[in-house]
Amino acid sequence: MYIIVAGGGKVGFYLARELLEQGHEVLVIEKDGKRADLIQNDLGNVVMVGMADEAATLEEAGAARADVICAVTGDDEDNLVICQVARKRFQVPRAIARINNPKNEEIFRLLGIDETVSSTNMVLAALEQEIPSRNLVPLLRLRHADIEIVEAVIDDSSPLVGVNLRDLSLPRESIIAVIIRRSQPIFPTGTTTLEVGDEVIALTRSAHEDALRSLFFRTARR
Amino acid sequence: MFVVIMGCGRVGARLAQLLTKAGHEVTILDVNDAAFNRLGADFPGTTLLGNGIDMDVLRRAGIERADAFVAATQGDNRNIMASQIAQHVFKVPKVVTRIYDPIRSDTFTELGLNAISPTVLGANAFFERLTGSAPPSSPSS
Repeated sequence: MYIIVAGGGKVGFYLARELLEQGHEVLVIEKDGKRADLIQNDLGNVVMVGMADEAATLEEAGAARADVICAVTGDDEDNLVICQVARKRFQVPRAIARINNPKNEEIFRLLGIDETVSSTNMVLAALEQEIPSRNLVPLLRLRHADIEIVEAVIDDSSPLVGVNLRDLSLPRESIIAVIIRRSQPIFPTGTTTLEVGDEVIALTRSAHEDALRSLFFRTARR
Repeated sequence: MFVVIMGCGRVGARLAQLLTKAGHEVTILDVNDAAFNRLGADFPGTTLLGNGIDMDVLRRAGIERADAFVAATQGDNRNIMASQIAQHVFKVPKVVTRIYDPIRSDTFTELGLNAISPTVLGANAFFERLTGSAPPSSPSS
């Protein structure tokens, strides 16, 4: 793939290096000439000095044939505009934006940039996964489809111990995908019964997460 | 009408003064407190310290009841992002954006922003004063 990396800071540098190692064609656009020289010394002739938010720069970079653009500067507004210009003016199929302020994730989505990466949110998600039991643990969110994959561990206080799945009234648009029991996956049927210690992995719409939580743990709690 | 202006530089401050003189209500934002000195001591509008690309700051500025939003900071991208938030998130009826870069100005005009490019306006004005005739159509894009 041909991948344009806009922004040659730490994120852009390591991203470019990994992508090059994977055999992709990469071009880093960096506005600071000195910084660009440093990258060039390390990664070779894969850097262009310029402002990635200017259409002329993107044109020179060959954005029209790029498969992906990753906007990873330290400024959310720059990353937004870089992605929008790349998508709208050069029809780049995928634009991925780094986000610093987690609140901007929603704004970017509203403005047509679906794929965002927020290190702040990742740390938050990692913290949430540490919350021990009696909660739904978010494993993965497929943002463009508004679906979440969540995990719940059935403890002895759960109202679902000994319940047949077919007797379970799951919230709308939610399914139990797999149950992990003593490290073995069980692909459930209606006659599967839940036991203490089961890890239940479910798919749900974000909107129904609370309903699912109260089904598993009787009271919704965060 | 009630206008929220982001950016209290020369243009933002002057526009704020013009609007309040014409009887409009104005709240003006800037990230730098000293910028408000441009407004003069008798400015009847409201000033607010903060960044207009933050939705909470925009809410505090009263964007939800604003009739118009103006983005006039030095940063094109900040102006573009704040204007899109005003337009698409807060549904402000009238949004006007300063975009220096003519190409970006064209691109985001196509995407529905009401953009003013001082670069284009300035160059055209010079051309007219120098030649006495209207400039040919845009050299860019």
